[in-house]
Amino acid sequence: MKKKQLITRRTALITGFTALGSYLLYRTVKSPAMPTYGSILRAGDNFTYEAQRALLSKRALAKEYSRGDITSFPAVGTIDPGDEKSPVFSKDYALTRHHDFSDWKLSVEGRVARPGQYSMADLQRLPVRTQITRHSCEEGWSAIGEWTGVPLSQLLQHAGIYPTARFVNFYAYDGYQDSIDMIDAFHPQTLLAYGMNGKPLPVQHGAPLRLRVETQIGYKSMKYLKRVVVTDEYVDPGDSGWAWYTGI
Amino acid sequence: MPPLPTDAIRPAPAGHRPWVKTTHWVGTISFLLLVFSGVEILMVHPRLYWGQVGNDLTPALFELPISRNYHHGGWTASQPFFDPARSPVSAGRTYDIFNQNGWGRSLHFLNAWVFVVTGLIYLLTALYTQHVRRNLLPGRREMSFRSVARDFADHVRRRVVFVKGPQYGVLQKLSYCVVLFFLIPVTVLTGLTMSPAVTASNPWLLTLFFGAQSARTLHFFCAVLLILFFVVHVIMIVRSGFRRHLRAMTIES
Repeated sequence: MKKKQLITRRTALITGFTALGSYLLYRTVKSPAMPTYGSILRAGDNFTYEAQRALLSKRALAKEYSRGDITSFPAVGTIDPGDEKSPVFSKDYALTRHHDFSDWKLSVEGRVARPGQYSMADLQRLPVRTQITRHSCEEGWSAIGEWTGVPLSQLLQHAGIYPTARFVNFYAYDGYQDSIDMIDAFHPQTLLAYGMNGKPLPVQHGAPLRLRVETQIGYKSMKYLKRVVVTDEYVDPGDSGWAWYTGI
Repeated sequence: MPPLPTDAIRPAPAGHRPWVKTTHWVGTISFLLLVFSGVEILMVHPRLYWGQVGNDLTPALFELPISRNYHHGGWTASQPFFDPARSPVSAGRTYDIFNQNGWGRSLHFLNAWVFVVTGLIYLLTALYTQHVRRNLLPGRREMSFRSVARDFADHVRRRVVFVKGPQYGVLQKLSYCVVLFFLIPVTVLTGLTMSPAVTASNPWLLTLFFGAQSARTLHFFCAVLLILFFVVHVIMIVRSGFRRHLRAMTIES
């Protein structure tokens, strides 16, 4: 008589997939951080976020290229917040730009032991990293550029980030605001870049300082940085209609 | 009184099995939503490239006239990054482009989850219930030149008729196999190759598809072939008995 199997390959596989699916759904529902605003699209974004965090390496580096691979690079979104005709015109930006950013300072605030104002010279005294990476725009195009700057992790450690911190929020001269989680904030390729292709960052690309998040889509790499605020909680800017996490 | 049918003489079931029906329709809805959102995404940047990267300031493989973004010339004067004459350049956009990717991308990825999970459930069940071996893979005899040629001639002469249950013709089997085991997997993988987080963890994807922009172009061609399959599939259903096929895939057991 054939012995009845308690665990067949079929039940093992079904159990495995159900368990994985349930775990990802559980993480999505349980995670208090990301609001869905009652939108199924935002719920889908959150599921993708949790799935990528659960299934992908958190430290793997995005592919880096050589200098010969550098390509032409469109500047989109805000291309000059110092332009009076721009709908996001900033007088502060126009002034500091007029002074060649010599009086520009990055404000580091929030859940850090030593909040403060960093001048460009202060930032350039911190460890420097140069990387040639691919910028992928949500629109569908991409470009390769060389970025020089201070790894965000270095700045956060310099400012004495508290262990309870979970998000890093960025505020820009053009009114743009966004945030990333600690995994991306401490990713070795996440930079505060002040140089592009061997020269100071051009105005079109976010002078004097922009963010580079190489594991996400281009719009997370904010330009024209003014303020960095570390928080324990997700700072909810309301539903922008766009995914907050764009690893895909 | 006629004798009750026994197993031996019971006619082949007219309807598909419940798991086939469910995955078929969930897959269909998510596929159509993927096509809809995919077209929107393509309209935002209707230029396709080959290689690692490509953008409005680099040459395109081809460009599709499907939105106002086609050949738009709204750029500031180019500024070279380096000294030599052939330096890559930067230019700022001055044109208000069509862009609905806020919902387009999220709708695409939401349905990609539904489509991939449904597809995995289908494939695993199909393998375990022998559906693949019995009904989808053509037998050796079916793959003979004569058999394929005859099925081809039947299609040309419009002699394909409704057959009860999943008893497929050899060309039908071949097209289902190509879609299930080649086109859909390549579409999913080329889609993932466009993700910066996925390729950071899996750089082999960039090697396999010759770069993220090549993957985007291949994703486009796969989508075109899948839409073509969808259209031919519906035409064949209509030609060989639309109502009976629809019953077999819905209420008939």
